[in-house]
Amino acid sequence: MGEGRDRALVEKLLAGDEGAFSSLVSSHNGALLRLARSFVPSQAVAEEVVQETWLEVLKGLSRFEGRSSLKTWIFKILANRARTRGVREKRSLPFSALAGDDPEGSDDGSFDPTEFISDGHWAPGHRYWTGENPEIALDQKRLAAAIRQAIDELPPNLRSVILLRDVEGWSSEEACEALELSEANQRVLLHRARARVRKSLWRLFPTKGAAHG
Amino acid sequence: MVEVQKPVSCRRVTELVTDYLERRLPFWERLRFQYHLFRCVACRRYIREVRQIVKTTGELPAEPPPPEIEKELLERFRNWKRTGG
Repeated sequence: MGEGRDRALVEKLLAGDEGAFSSLVSSHNGALLRLARSFVPSQAVAEEVVQETWLEVLKGLSRFEGRSSLKTWIFKILANRARTRGVREKRSLPFSALAGDDPEGSDDGSFDPTEFISDGHWAPGHRYWTGENPEIALDQKRLAAAIRQAIDELPPNLRSVILLRDVEGWSSEEACEALELSEANQRVLLHRARARVRKSLWRLFPTKGAAHG
Repeated sequence: MVEVQKPVSCRRVTELVTDYLERRLPFWERLRFQYHLFRCVACRRYIREVRQIVKTTGELPAEPPPPEIEKELLERFRNWKRTGG
């Protein structure tokens, strides 16, 4: 979004233009809610975080300097709030609820070593699930549902990056700005997130092996 | 001048795929990567698969947030306006 357009919008908001506020809210609310949900344990808490974010946006509006776009500024406020809230909510969970949790996404999670033989070539019979598999190509709906579920199961840092980059279609610059990540770190997280999503699809689309070529 | 380095393996392709798609590979590495793809049908298929996942992810239907949130926010906005921020 252009700098001039952002400034004009901010002026309208400061002047109390309800239509401008309403259209800003409806264009971002869905994505804000999804991003909040990646850090906090329930939809209700995510909705609260979104509400608080908008109030903070209104309060801080007169100080908005346009150094980033209005969009990334709003999402940065949300990400900070949601992260803090997520940590707090987690502390109040019983320990057992955290079993198997991997908030850092620290294992690379990318590849099943059985996919490769020792010289780094694909193992015969490694798994594909798409492409030439007509059953899946025809079943886009099921594929979309499976991807959504896989994303929902990712740890927060992987989930937030894949949400902004692949679901919302943001540029890496925008995602880095909103999530306060370096470009390289963002790329690593995106890679792990995509790899995990791909891997989890095997569960839902068990396919026959393919010969390596 | 040709740099003498290990050729890219299939496993390495799966490690570099995001750097490749994000156009972050250095020139020679990108070239080696593409050379591998040129020769390896399994990796070409793998790249297609990753691209398809990314594409489908970008086309996930949006779930609209509950309209009550927006209504309440407008209410707050009016208040904010009235009290002068």
